[in-house]
Amino acid sequence: MWHILKQVARTGIASEPAPMSPQAGRAVVERLHHDLLGILGQALTIRQVDAGSCNGCELEIHALNNPYYNIEGLGIRFVASPRHADMLLVTGPVSRHMEEALRRTYDAVPEPKLVVAVGDCGCTGGIFGESYASLGRIANVIPVDATVPGCPPPPAQILQTILDVVRRTVVGAPTL
Amino acid sequence: MPALRPESERLALSALGLDLQRLPASLPMWRAVIVRDQWTAVARAVAGSGGRLVAMWGLDGGGAGAGEVAAFAAYAVSQGLVCVELPLDQATLSFPDLAAVFPCAGRMQRAMADLSGLHAEGAVDGRPWLDHGLWSDPPAPPLQPGSAPSAVPAGTLSADYPFVRVEGDGVHEIAVGPVHAGIIEPGHFRFSVVGEKVLRLEQHLGYAHKGIERRFTELSPLDGGARLAGRVSGDSTVAYAWAYCMALESAWHCAVPKRGVWLRALMLERERVANHLGDLGALGNDAGLAFGLAQFSRLREDWLRLSGEVFGHRLMMDAVVPGGSAVDPPPAARDRMRVQCDEIEREVRILRTAYDEHAGVQDRFLGAGRVDPALAAQLGLTGLAGRGSAQAFDLRCDHAWAPYDQLDVKIATQGQGDVAGRVAVRFDEVLESLRLIRALCLGLPGGPARVELTPADLATFGMGWVEGWRGEVLVALNVGADGRILRCHCHDPSWQNWPVLEHAIIGNIVPDFPLINKSFNLSYSGHDL
Repeated sequence: MWHILKQVARTGIASEPAPMSPQAGRAVVERLHHDLLGILGQALTIRQVDAGSCNGCELEIHALNNPYYNIEGLGIRFVASPRHADMLLVTGPVSRHMEEALRRTYDAVPEPKLVVAVGDCGCTGGIFGESYASLGRIANVIPVDATVPGCPPPPAQILQTILDVVRRTVVGAPTL
Repeated sequence: MPALRPESERLALSALGLDLQRLPASLPMWRAVIVRDQWTAVARAVAGSGGRLVAMWGLDGGGAGAGEVAAFAAYAVSQGLVCVELPLDQATLSFPDLAAVFPCAGRMQRAMADLSGLHAEGAVDGRPWLDHGLWSDPPAPPLQPGSAPSAVPAGTLSADYPFVRVEGDGVHEIAVGPVHAGIIEPGHFRFSVVGEKVLRLEQHLGYAHKGIERRFTELSPLDGGARLAGRVSGDSTVAYAWAYCMALESAWHCAVPKRGVWLRALMLERERVANHLGDLGALGNDAGLAFGLAQFSRLREDWLRLSGEVFGHRLMMDAVVPGGSAVDPPPAARDRMRVQCDEIEREVRILRTAYDEHAGVQDRFLGAGRVDPALAAQLGLTGLAGRGSAQAFDLRCDHAWAPYDQLDVKIATQGQGDVAGRVAVRFDEVLESLRLIRALCLGLPGGPARVELTPADLATFGMGWVEGWRGEVLVALNVGADGRILRCHCHDPSWQNWPVLEHAIIGNIVPDFPLINKSFNLSYSGHDL
C-alpha cells in the first residue's frame, strides 16, 4: 500500500485540457458538462463496436481512458450495453460476418443514437475495401453522424470529433 | 536461461529424407517439395523430436507457374524452420489429417477448407471455421483462382454453428459476443457452466474476417502488400511488416543494409514494450487494481508519443518497408529513446513491487487460468503465453538473426503457467527489451537504412519469421514472374493459443474469464484475417 500511495503522490495529475478550443481550461470543461447535461440530462455514454478492424483503432480508443485524456473526467463513459449508450463509436471495415451484429447493436441504442465512424476503414473501407468478406465503410450499413479519418486516428482527434458531434447536436436540439 | 533441448532430441535434418532447399534469409529456413507418404511421416518425426507445427495453408496456383494445388506445413525444429509443400491431386484436393499429431492443426485445416477448398482426410472436426455461410451463394472458396464469390441475398443470417453441448443437471450456457462488453475485437464465446464454475468454453471466431489474403493478390508487393501486412493485426504491425518484408526480400534475393535491420529491431522491441505496458495495466485493472491501469496506461501513452515523434506514427505503422526502414532517427532522437528507457524502467520496477506486494492482486493472479507445462507442450502453446508455461522458445534466442546475434537476448520463462506466470514474463520482457533498445540505439551501425528492391523476373517463394510481442509471426509469400502476389499467407501465434485458452478456463469461475483472457491477449483480426 505504501508503494502505491508514494507512486500516486509522485505522479501527480497527468490530465491535459480537452482538445476543443483555443481557450481550453476549466471553463471549457464546465461548459461541456453543461452541454452534455442539456442534451442528454446525464453524462455521455458510448458503446464501442469493432465491426472488423485490425485492432489498431481499438488501441487508440483505449488510450482515451488514460490519465492524459481523462475522458471520464469530461463526463464521457464507455458502457457495456448499447441500451445504455447515447453514441456508438464504430471501427471498420464492416466485415460480412459483423453486419447483422452491427445492425442489431444500432437498433438497440436509444435516441439520440449518435454514430461516429473511427479510422480510415470506418470512413471509406480503407485498405481492405469492399470484397466478398468486407462491406467497406460503416455508412454502408448504419447511418453515420461523423467520421474520424486516420490509420488509426490519434486519441485527441477521436475525442475532438466526439465533442464536436455532441456540440453540434446541442445546437440543433430543443432546450430540455 | 536458453532453451534447453537435450542433444539426443535434436532432429537431424537429413533424417527427414527431404530434398531441403535453404531459403536466402537471415533466419535458417528450408523448403522441400514432398510426396504424399512423407506428409504424415515428417509431422511425426518433428513431433517426436520436440519440434512444433507453426502454420498450415493452401495454395492454388492456377497453373501460373507457382505450382498447381498444394498444401503447406511449416515446422519449427531445433535448426530452424522447415516448410514442406505437398502437391495435391486436382480431383480430390485433399491431404492426410495432421490434427492427430499436432492438435493445433485442427482449426488451421478447417480454415484451409473454407478459404482454399482443400480438405484434411479423416479429420474429426469437419465444421467450417472462418466461413459463416455469408461469403457467397453458392459457396466458393475465396482463394481459388477464378473464384467469384457472389453476394448472398440481403438479410441472410449466418449459418447455425453446431456448438458441443454439455449434458447434465444444472448445466446452462452463457453466450457472449460477437460484440463484447468492452473495447475489444469481435468473437463469440459459449460457456457451459454449473453455478459459477466453467465446465467448458467453446470459441467461435471468424467475425473479423475481411478477406486479407485475397486482398493481397490485388496489391503490389512493394507498396500495398507491405501496408496491408502491417494491418493484419494492428498491435503487431511492426512484427508483420518485418515478416512480410523478410519474405519479399528472401523471394527476391535482396540483402537489407545493416542499419535497416537494426532499426527494425529497435521498432520491434518498442512494439513489445508498448503492448506489455498496456497489458500489465489492464491485468491490474481486471484484478481490481485501477491504480495499475492508471499508471501503466500513462507510461504507455508516454511511450507511444515518443514513437509518434520519432517514427511518424504512434504504432510505427508503415515504418518497416521492403528494403529496410523508412525512418532513420537522428542521434538526438536516439538519445531521447535511451533516456526514456531509463525513466520507464524506474517506474516499471516500482510498479512491479506494488503488484507483487498487493495481496488482493496476487490472490487473483495466482493459480488462475493455469496451463501446466505438459499440457502446454501437448497443445503447442506458443509465444509469450507458452513461455509462461515453461515452453522456452523465443526466435530471438533460438535462431538469433541480425541484429539479435549481437545482443544476447535473455529468454524470460515461468513454470507455473497461471496468470501470475504470464504477468511475470511480461515484466521480465519489458526490462529486457528496454536493455535491448538502449543497446540498439548505442550500437546503430552506419550506412543507409534502406535500399531499393529489384523484382525477380521469375516466380519465387519467400518466408519471413519474426518473434513479435505475442509470439512467432510467419509470412509465406509466392510472387509470380510478372511481379504480382500470387499468394501471401500470414500466420498469427493466436492460432495456437486460442484453443489452449479453452483449456485454461476449465474449472475457473466465470468472473475470472476476463482476467485469464487478458493474460493471453490473443488477436482476433490476426487470426480471422
